Amino acid sequence: MDDLLREFLTETTESLAALDLELVKLEQNPNDPGILGNIFRLVHTIKGTCGFLGLPRLETLAHAAENVLGKVRDGELVVTPEAVSLVLASLDSLKAILSALEQTEAEPAGDDADLKASLNAFAEGKALPAAAPVETKAASKVEIAAAAPITAAGPVHSAPEPEPALIEAAVERLALAAEEPAVEAAAPVTSAEKPAPKDLQEAKESAVAAQSIRVNVSLLENLMTMVSELVLTRNQLLQILRSQKDSEFAAPLQRLNHITSELQEGVMKTRMQPIGNAWGKLPRLVRDLSLELNKKIDLQMHGAETELDRQVLEMIKDPLTHLVRNCADHGLEAPVERKKAGKAEVGRIALDAFHEGGHIVIQISDDGRGLPVDKIKAKALANGLASEADLATMSDQQIQQFIFKAGFSTAAQVTSVSGRGVGMDVVRTNIEKIGGTVELKSAAGKGTSFVIKIPLTLAIVSALIVECAGERFAIPQISVLELVRAQAGSETTIEWINNSPVLRLRNELLPLVSLRNLLKLGERKTDALTEAFIVVTQVGTNTFGIMVDRVFDTEEIVVKPVSPILRDVSMFSGNTILGDGSVIMILDPNGIAAATGEAASSEDTHAEAASAQAGASHERVALLVFRAGSEAPKAVPLALIARLEEVDSKTIELSDGKPVIQYRGRLMPLVGMDMSHEIKRDRRQPILVFADSQRSMGLLVDEIVDIVEDRLNIELTTGRAGYVGTAVVAGKSTDIVDTGYYLTQAFSDWFGAKGAAFGEDEQKGKRLLLVDDSPFFRNLLAPLLSAAGYAVTTAESADQALGLCEAGHDFDVIVSDIEMPGMSGFEFAEAVRKSSRWQDTPLVALSSHATPRDFDRGRKAGFTDYVAKLDRDALLQTLIQTTAHGSNAA
Amino acid sequence: MTEGKIQPKSASTVAGSLDAKDFVTMTVADQLFGIPVLTVQDVLGPQRITRIPIAPPEVAGALNLRGRIVTAIDVRRCLDLPARPENNRGMNVVVDHLGELYSLIVDSVGEVLSLPGDTLERNPSTLDPRWRVVSGGIYRLQGKLLVVLDVTRLLDFRRAEAA
Repeated sequence: MDDLLREFLTETTESLAALDLELVKLEQNPNDPGILGNIFRLVHTIKGTCGFLGLPRLETLAHAAENVLGKVRDGELVVTPEAVSLVLASLDSLKAILSALEQTEAEPAGDDADLKASLNAFAEGKALPAAAPVETKAASKVEIAAAAPITAAGPVHSAPEPEPALIEAAVERLALAAEEPAVEAAAPVTSAEKPAPKDLQEAKESAVAAQSIRVNVSLLENLMTMVSELVLTRNQLLQILRSQKDSEFAAPLQRLNHITSELQEGVMKTRMQPIGNAWGKLPRLVRDLSLELNKKIDLQMHGAETELDRQVLEMIKDPLTHLVRNCADHGLEAPVERKKAGKAEVGRIALDAFHEGGHIVIQISDDGRGLPVDKIKAKALANGLASEADLATMSDQQIQQFIFKAGFSTAAQVTSVSGRGVGMDVVRTNIEKIGGTVELKSAAGKGTSFVIKIPLTLAIVSALIVECAGERFAIPQISVLELVRAQAGSETTIEWINNSPVLRLRNELLPLVSLRNLLKLGERKTDALTEAFIVVTQVGTNTFGIMVDRVFDTEEIVVKPVSPILRDVSMFSGNTILGDGSVIMILDPNGIAAATGEAASSEDTHAEAASAQAGASHERVALLVFRAGSEAPKAVPLALIARLEEVDSKTIELSDGKPVIQYRGRLMPLVGMDMSHEIKRDRRQPILVFADSQRSMGLLVDEIVDIVEDRLNIELTTGRAGYVGTAVVAGKSTDIVDTGYYLTQAFSDWFGAKGAAFGEDEQKGKRLLLVDDSPFFRNLLAPLLSAAGYAVTTAESADQALGLCEAGHDFDVIVSDIEMPGMSGFEFAEAVRKSSRWQDTPLVALSSHATPRDFDRGRKAGFTDYVAKLDRDALLQTLIQTTAHGSNAA
Repeated sequence: MTEGKIQPKSASTVAGSLDAKDFVTMTVADQLFGIPVLTVQDVLGPQRITRIPIAPPEVAGALNLRGRIVTAIDVRRCLDLPARPENNRGMNVVVDHLGELYSLIVDSVGEVLSLPGDTLERNPSTLDPRWRVVSGGIYRLQGKLLVVLDVTRLLDFRRAEAA
């Protein structure tokens, strides 16, 4: 049986039982408004839930009963035994329908027309003819009996037992009714009718009601706290046990250990429910909305199995419903409008739920029109929420935040669905009440998404206990990928780029953060500098290492929220008590990532990423400084280098007169910085390894000097082959090596051509946006283009580039790759052409496929020109032409 | 005993009821302080306190009180006083504030005094702003003055900084 239905049955059965009692009380005290109010509320609830579940028969009947009660409550009718009987009879019918529902999972056929008619008649104040209620009840009973095949069929004929007092009245009337001509038609089944209610009731009580009981949440909360304490005590005992060999406590303690774990799990389960329970009604809601609003809506739900605390679930139900409703009503456009905008007719609303570092993240997004900034501005002005001057200084994102203010609705027309100006503020308040946050992202024409983040305040998680500067900390195991021990002289050593430590981990350079520095725990002793444990941590798509002094074992911990006065300290997600009774802080990997500048998640906020990217040529770039040939320092962007190797020069061989080396099972060509580079036989040879996806080459250098982070401003360009120009790096003028040149030395086909026209003065300061998903090409082209005088900004995806557009950046020319994951270059071009800001910006396509057909397609998509990816001459020429055109056109 | 004497100038007394209030007294750098006895949950001797890095300086750390985590507040820090001498590990006065437990670390804890509400005097206008914020009034005892600590304000660091 459907969980929802089961819950409904349990709840409604309870309500009906309560109603029976209340009604009898009411009959005794007809003027007690408290009882009446209670009855009215119960019936109303039943009606509401029936309607919600799509049970029309129950709903209409409950509605009719509610009507009568409403009149009584409003004083229009007086409580009479007839009225009570009538309502009781309808309750009995409800019960009977419920039992049938429980057995067959469907409402039995029938419409209770007579019963409803007499209820309605009564509500209108018409005196009932003495026989009327009798008659109607009989009729309805008959129907019910017929509709409950199991009970009607069987042995019930034999021994009708005394009815429970509450329905006795109805039954008596039934007996009477048997004599009435009106029910004669139904006579064949009346024989079964009398025992039926009784039997139905029994079935009901045994089946559903007995299988679940309601428990006060605070009781569960207490249980949970006690289990948490038990877990801690168990941990303590186990710790003591570990220090004692051959203790006779070992076996019973192991058993206690298991039982505690199971108990803990069990109690946790009592409180945890899949978020799908809160989503259960959404498909229906969306379906109804799509009919009402004449929109086509596809609701996608992912992660329904993500479990969260029941209390939290209850709290987010309404905000979720509200947000989905908003998406459907405000967010999604009508099919016609969507078609015009070049979107699929069917609008999409997506719900995603997942766990992330001790939080539950729920995303609600639509692909609709996005939040209308202009309208919000106007509304904010009209409501006096901000002045014109305030608004002028605000970013679009800040302006969009106004929708969370009370009394704010941008819907031009108030529809029955939403737009009454209550809502978003309530949504935010409700979420914040449970310690959550709600974030809003919206892009005009592309959609809106809300990200709700709720902390798991009550949870037992396993955590890694580490030590740093004598203090212990817990790191949630879920975000720990692996542990690495770094030691001087061993394979894994910590290296420093300026002041940033990094670790070579397999094929990657892993950024490291020092917990000591991060938490300001004081200076580390110098002798410890070379040795550390590194906790490789993953947050979203980012991986980084946390340097700690020691690593202990893993412990089950009860996450307790930090005290409110520490809420601003983002580095901790909670604290806990360890087995030895000491308090320990739980590190929040998200907070650490944020504090170290790693974006908390890959596409956290477009605007942030965009503003970080803007003015990229002023950004600091990590450069590898080395010496080769002459004493003058040379540098190359570190990002271009795949690895730094030091090989025994004896292993360098010659092939076709050129040096090669066996490297990772393949032959790797080596290129000297100067043609005259001599490989000194008697020492180890440092090599900078460059790699594309398949190929790699080594650049022979004399000495690797340093890795520095500096702004890469090429101040002098040079005509020398192999150099991009000269820049000041770490206070010294340094030649920036043109890696492309050497790559072609190794593989003549690495690029299409060599050499480039640098120093076009008229290109000075032209703003260029480079969109390419490959960091290799980005890093290769950015210095090249900036050498040619462009102010280069890079974006690693079309989405990011469009983010820059939305953030208000302008460019003189855009260079974009075609093959990119996600939005391709063609789609990007179309999007750019559609945008208002960039529609006239020249757009140059870069592609490794440069057939005439591709060219055509590019043109059609909106590209101004199309250049083969590796033809730098052509690229620079094209750029000069297109920007000239662009400025002419402007 | 003169501390119970009612001040003739009503302007200088804070309006209060006549019934006496009980205060737990404590000293911080030789100054006597009082906290209403009903807000005090526990008085503990020196505890093992876990440091909380990058927390506000007033936060001394966290300690475990029968399975509950209590945030320890260094009262000397709150009042801009020099740190406790090494040989004094301090006493913990655990108070409940909005359902959360905080431990106020003071130099020593004294007896419980019952003081009539209407003898509470306003803060002198010359009082250091940092003190004025956390002081809920002054009682004149024989030979010394007792400052009533306003726990709510004491725990509101942001306000303390702004003041």
